[in-house]
Amino acid sequence: MSRDRLLTVLIMLTTLAMLASLYLVLVWVPTEKTMGVIQRVFYFHVPSAWVAFLAFAVAAVAALLFLARRQEHWDRVEVASLELGIVFSTVALITGSIWARPIWNTWWTWDPRLTTTLVMWIYYVASLLLRQMVDSPERSARFGAVLAIVGFVNVPLVFLTIRLWRTIHPVLFTTEGFGLAPEMLLTLLISLGTFTLLYFCLLTARVRLESLQARLAQLRDQYLSE
Amino acid sequence: MKNAWRGIAAIVRKDLTVELRTRETLSTSFVFALLVVVIFNFAFELRVDNAAELAPGVLWVAFTFAGILALNHSMVQERESGCMEGLMLAPVERSVIYLGKFVANSLYMLLSEAAVLPLFAVLFGVNVAIPLLWLVILLGTLGFSAAGTLFSTMTVSTRAREALLPLLLFPATVPILIAATKSTGLLLDQRPVSEVYLWIRLLLAVDTITLVVAILGFDYVLEE
Repeated sequence: MSRDRLLTVLIMLTTLAMLASLYLVLVWVPTEKTMGVIQRVFYFHVPSAWVAFLAFAVAAVAALLFLARRQEHWDRVEVASLELGIVFSTVALITGSIWARPIWNTWWTWDPRLTTTLVMWIYYVASLLLRQMVDSPERSARFGAVLAIVGFVNVPLVFLTIRLWRTIHPVLFTTEGFGLAPEMLLTLLISLGTFTLLYFCLLTARVRLESLQARLAQLRDQYLSE
Repeated sequence: MKNAWRGIAAIVRKDLTVELRTRETLSTSFVFALLVVVIFNFAFELRVDNAAELAPGVLWVAFTFAGILALNHSMVQERESGCMEGLMLAPVERSVIYLGKFVANSLYMLLSEAAVLPLFAVLFGVNVAIPLLWLVILLGTLGFSAAGTLFSTMTVSTRAREALLPLLLFPATVPILIAATKSTGLLLDQRPVSEVYLWIRLLLAVDTITLVVAILGFDYVLEE
């Protein structure tokens, strides 16, 4: 399957899954007893956070592959995934804040997960800034790869140290199973799947854009410089 | 192995000689750290009853901000004098260059911290004659400079130069800053040593991980 074909299929699948998720989240799933309707933000919040971590992990793996093999393709995957990670962690931070306001009575709290996400967000934004300020593209790719790997190694350390303070963020997945009603669990799982699809859809489109840009630059060098 | 030690020693000696002749890094980072301590005193004076409670935070903000200054200056000097090219031509591994710069940067930071610490004790009225506190300062500084040496090598070759280093270094060293501030606070409050050991062990672990990752990463940073 060609890459454009793959993208079309992904877009169609994501659209269908998104419509289904929206129906489940907004209409089908029962309203939570104590928190009320605000709890529905949960089905966007958790998947966004999950995709953010997935994206940073993919970026770190792509960075390793780039340093090992030196194929530009992996550099493009790394940048694209980092950008998506930043976008989805922004969504997770904002939806979390909206949810926290009525439930915890505060927009923000210095809990391990929130703080780790914010610290990561700042670090990855700074690493993208650094990439843009390096003049040589080859060097920019190398620096970006090193930063993506260092950042990902750092995440568990940040989390662990902040965890040594008290936390009020609910632990959803314990060893005793999910603390969720079956309908809610189903909706959450479908939302997770939808957001993951959306991530791969955007990733494919973004990587395609990067390679088209590279191709354009190459063509321009070839024909316009003469 | 012997060659590596000699390489590290030579880089440190070179940096110290430059510093002895110019005295730029140490004087600026010392005065800056002192300034942070003084400014925090002004800033808290009006609203905070017991400024000593904020002492650990102020101390580490002063140390790390001054550290950023020292790290930047040390690397900008290498780039501008063309010394980096010279180092890269030297018949040693990249990791030797990294370790040499890491030791030199740590020395800069530790020397200016040693000068600030007594003044800090006077200004905040706290007792700093605690050997375990010196260990915490040493470990915190080593971790910060291990990450800082890697990052500053990258940031000095950007257009923004000095501006980018703190943006990357502070989020990346959050574990070190938390562990260092927390143990400094426990020590200044004269809490039992057993409480502090958890944080010191954590500092040791994070320092080790940072150093290993930085040595591995440096190979790819300094490639051309």
